[in-house]
Amino acid sequence: MTIYLDHAATTAPYPAVVEQMVDDLQKLGNPSSVHSPGQQNRAILESAREDLARVLGADRNEIVFTSGGTEADNIAIKGFYWAAVEANPSRNLIVSAYTEHHAVIDPIEWLVEHQGANVHWLEVSESGVVNLQELTNLVETRGDQIALISLMWANNETGVITDIRKVVEIAKPAGIPVHTDAVAAFGHTEISFFPGLSAMSISAHKVGGPVGVGALLVSRDSNPVSLQQGGGQERGIRGGTMNSVGAHAFATAARISVSKLATESWGRFDLLNRLVESVAKLVPSAKFSRGSEPGIPDLAHFTFPGCSGDSMLYLLDQEDIAVSTGSACTAGVTRASHVLIAMGRSVEEATGTLRISLGRDTKSQDIEAFLEKLPRVHELALKAGLNG
Amino acid sequence: MKVLVAMSGGVDSSVAAARAVEAGHEVVGVHLALSRNSGTLRTGSRGCCTIEDSMDAQRVANLLGIKFFVWDFSERFKHDVVDDFINEYKSGRTPNPCMRCNERIKFAALMEKALSLGFDAIATGHYATVEEHDGHLELHRSPALAKDQSYVLGVLTEEQLKHVIFPIGVSASKNDIREEARQRGLAVAQKPDSYDICFIPDGDTQGWLEDKVGSSEGEILDRNGKVLATHSGSHNFTVGQRKGLHIEQPAKDGRPRYVLEIRPKTNQVVVGPQDALAIAEISGSRFSWCGVAPGSPEVAFEAEVQVRAHAEPERAMVQLVDGNILAKLETPILGVAPGQTAVIYLGSRVLGQFTIDATVSAIPAGVDE
Repeated sequence: MTIYLDHAATTAPYPAVVEQMVDDLQKLGNPSSVHSPGQQNRAILESAREDLARVLGADRNEIVFTSGGTEADNIAIKGFYWAAVEANPSRNLIVSAYTEHHAVIDPIEWLVEHQGANVHWLEVSESGVVNLQELTNLVETRGDQIALISLMWANNETGVITDIRKVVEIAKPAGIPVHTDAVAAFGHTEISFFPGLSAMSISAHKVGGPVGVGALLVSRDSNPVSLQQGGGQERGIRGGTMNSVGAHAFATAARISVSKLATESWGRFDLLNRLVESVAKLVPSAKFSRGSEPGIPDLAHFTFPGCSGDSMLYLLDQEDIAVSTGSACTAGVTRASHVLIAMGRSVEEATGTLRISLGRDTKSQDIEAFLEKLPRVHELALKAGLNG
Repeated sequence: MKVLVAMSGGVDSSVAAARAVEAGHEVVGVHLALSRNSGTLRTGSRGCCTIEDSMDAQRVANLLGIKFFVWDFSERFKHDVVDDFINEYKSGRTPNPCMRCNERIKFAALMEKALSLGFDAIATGHYATVEEHDGHLELHRSPALAKDQSYVLGVLTEEQLKHVIFPIGVSASKNDIREEARQRGLAVAQKPDSYDICFIPDGDTQGWLEDKVGSSEGEILDRNGKVLATHSGSHNFTVGQRKGLHIEQPAKDGRPRYVLEIRPKTNQVVVGPQDALAIAEISGSRFSWCGVAPGSPEVAFEAEVQVRAHAEPERAMVQLVDGNILAKLETPILGVAPGQTAVIYLGSRVLGQFTIDATVSAIPAGVDE
């Protein structure tokens, strides 16, 4: 049986969520319809909205359901940028970091290329921590030009955590909206939609819900421009028939995940620490990418100098162990990680990476199985070299 | 055997993978990502470098029930094939990037990686066969002569031949392969053949080179050194080219002029009558033997030489002289350019190959052209 250690890519839905979905799918009625079946599904949707809001310390009206994290990030980046330049054309600077997920980087680059936006990528330390002193200086000198600051809560490759409260503290006096992509953080570390934060992206399938549902939390005082018109649903920010089944599933998965977090977090860190220590012993040249910086407990990202990530991935797959390199493009090509490049690593270093991500059912035996294969896999991958 | 099949997403490598599976090998498919900025959909007659091609390959692998991976060789490809192509043109030579790719990527980088990772061989969808004679492996032309690709495989050494299989090499024709793909239910059965250079998106080699190399004015001369016109860069010309010379003054005999020689150091292009394109001798120092080397190559031997992928083989006397392979052609051939690869055949067997450095014209310069 496959040992699955790629839960950060996607993880299995909770059985309770699956059962609930099967049940919900049989309930006829568009949540926007005024008849009784419609109202029944509307009730399911709105109770899901309330549940999710409660889990995140948000107001129910701040939850905008989307098709996933990527859509949420796109609405945040483009919607806030457009709203800012509409109010003041000289507010056209977006501030972010190149360690962000492509769902943030790509819309920013699209705005730069097609809409005349400016971007400032903040410096990142070699452990992946964003330079918030630089952000402070930037807000002081060019604060009146900044349309939006977007920084992720936890990095999806390295797991390193950014102090988002501090980011909001820096941005607030200058009236700059802050968006955070919390897709990798939600359910893995304590997060909340605290006052002052303008927007936050989350996704269901990372917390034991289904693929195809996510949400953008949008503070009551924010009015991002809508990317998708038609029907006026979700505060007019995201038109389209509302997915009551998905929203309900998301809320249930979120509730279970967050409740487990409080009790299981310590155990997960324990497993992670054992993994990191053992890798260091077995392959002394390997480097734990985030070093001693704070991070989420379910992600361990390593670089293996002289190896190509795709060789290691192939060899582990042969042993029925599923991991990832942390970065994949549409064609399934394992390329040098843009996150590690942003952290100042060379292309060679950024090519030899592995991301081990733990799930709720990951046992120490799974980690042991990976560790048992690692030395041989590393030896062969080293022999195969970086490219040939 | 544990076999890694290089799957471009085309019909040939797809059927090759299917046959390797059927032959009982333990097969894994790999698609080589050769471009940093792959297009989304296939255009024109390029056939390996888009995401669509990669997806096609993956779909075939799914249908065959084999594992599939995409490996990134784009850095290596850029360095060893694309940059080499540009540098060769800059040096006034006409390179063959497909051969370079076989020599440096498919049967070198990929093969080394595959062997290191525990594979016994790599398989490709080339039309050629490997045969064993007297304990030695030999590369032979495919029976599908119209599609024979032994020319572009001429760079393989005996060691490499030990680790390659060409599952469709014995096929009678491309149509058979398409029919087989159709019967196997592979959607790539009707996918068009690829002809163009894969890394030049619109097939406009000259425009692409102009972009990479830039332009600089130089002279067009006749064989006696008389300046006839100017041009915007010698890389825009290839030996044998007739069009685009823009010489206003006609030749004395009124016949068209052809590019005979490119002198990149002085940025000069030499032109002359078509007869002067006839080449009697070719030679080159960069050579390799395919399979076991001939016993005494210093002694001239009879063979056939082919200078382009789809050219006719020409009878020649071949000899190793002072580290150079020299081929004296029985009948002069037209339009041979330095940089091209000459593959040496003994009947259907590929004996070796060399890159042409120098040519000797069959007809010396006229007094007045």
